[in-house]
Amino acid sequence: MLARDESDLKRTPLYALHLARGGKMVPFAGYEMPVQYPAGVLKEHLHTRAAAGLFDVSHMGQLALRPKSGKVSDAALALERLVPQDILAIAPGRQRYAQFTNADGGILDDLMVANFGDHLFLVVNAACKAEDEAHLRKSLSDACDIDSLSGRALIALQGPKAESALAKICADAPSMKFMDAGPRRVAGFDCFVSRSGYTGEDGFEISVPAEHAEALVTQLLDNPDVLPIGLGARDSLRLEAGLCLYGHDIDTTTTPVEAALEWSVQKSRRKGGARPAGFPGAEKILDQFEHGAPHRRVGLKAQGRAPVREGAPLFADSTSGEAIGKVTSGGFGPSLNAPVAMGYLPTALSGIGTTVFAEVRGQRLPLAVAATPFVPNTYKR
Amino acid sequence: MTTLYTSDHEWLSIEGDVATIGITDYAQQQLGDVVFVELPKVGRTLKKAEAAAVVESVKAASDVYAPISGEVLEANEALAAEPALVNSDAGGKAWFFKMKIADKNELGGLMDEAAYKAHTA
Repeated sequence: MLARDESDLKRTPLYALHLARGGKMVPFAGYEMPVQYPAGVLKEHLHTRAAAGLFDVSHMGQLALRPKSGKVSDAALALERLVPQDILAIAPGRQRYAQFTNADGGILDDLMVANFGDHLFLVVNAACKAEDEAHLRKSLSDACDIDSLSGRALIALQGPKAESALAKICADAPSMKFMDAGPRRVAGFDCFVSRSGYTGEDGFEISVPAEHAEALVTQLLDNPDVLPIGLGARDSLRLEAGLCLYGHDIDTTTTPVEAALEWSVQKSRRKGGARPAGFPGAEKILDQFEHGAPHRRVGLKAQGRAPVREGAPLFADSTSGEAIGKVTSGGFGPSLNAPVAMGYLPTALSGIGTTVFAEVRGQRLPLAVAATPFVPNTYKR
Repeated sequence: MTTLYTSDHEWLSIEGDVATIGITDYAQQQLGDVVFVELPKVGRTLKKAEAAAVVESVKAASDVYAPISGEVLEANEALAAEPALVNSDAGGKAWFFKMKIADKNELGGLMDEAAYKAHTA
């Protein structure tokens, strides 16, 4: 048994600010993180969609891949050994969503990759960051120096007022488009800014040196449009946006095709492309591109009011005995004012509008397979 | 009329042989925004400590246990339409269900208001 006592938990550079703002701290991925503030999950969620929410995501891993040759294309080609994405095609100042895959085609982690001109900047999940870093060092050390940027905080500013709020301290913010990324001055500090996020809203993610994190965040929170938002609303926002949570909706047993992430695998890495295969699990993943996968991640909308949560088994009808899949994320969508979920179903039953049943407390509740995002995204393309 | 409390943060308002049951203000604060309440069917016989109702916040589902044994006489249908009543008036309009008290001796194990206040302090 690994008894984890509180003293094992790490704190982000914004820990004191969370406490001062009344954050309710919980253990998450080895960190003490705010699950909510006094406003509560519902108000925090709705405020983010109506104005702007500020999230501390400093627990996530930030890494730099610096090419030993000095050519960023060499770092891109090296990283392509580990991911099914076209990294070479990421233009300087741009960012792309990617996954580390394993030999079975499963997903080791999902990540963001940005081209900063002379190196690549990666953001990975908190729970996977040690493994990811080891994986990168083991596989790419011939071509790249791998720097863990553990001295930086990461802040997300999300929602329709995010641009106006950030513009007050970062003149470049309004000119950025969705998935633009690079070094920017914010409040006089040397930051990395990307126009991206995990809520379905327009917004930004700001990497700032740890010692300046509180000063930067305090300036943003001085704006009445901006409220601090906890992990609770972060989860309900991303669920409504149909975005995967690693370790829940995707993991080592799901391929990018099964996870309905085909859009994230560019044609250049598929069969007939410029650089096909050459990543772990390529045979299985590329075969699934041609012939389909046995099951598939879908969005699910409940017909009643009862939330259907992670782990609920799914059935083809209201009486049959064999489960055909399960819910991997589920809860209440505050913007939809209705329950929403995601899960895996046999591909034959994954069509939009198909009715399936989730078992909740011994009852079979009807769910309809639904398109995601559940709430339309508002990215500034 | 007497009000008693359980260590699981339920209140019982006793009138004759009928108990009206809800969750405490402390409980609703801990749960956060309530989005769904599932109540027991009228006529169901509950045993003490049996899962009787479910209250769900955005974050999680929590069981509400029968604090005593007895038959369910009435369920508060207003909560189905407006689960947020639990947050705004946990000790009043947001009562969950009424039970016919099967065994008054079971009330002996419950807390009065002073004891409950000490329990949550």
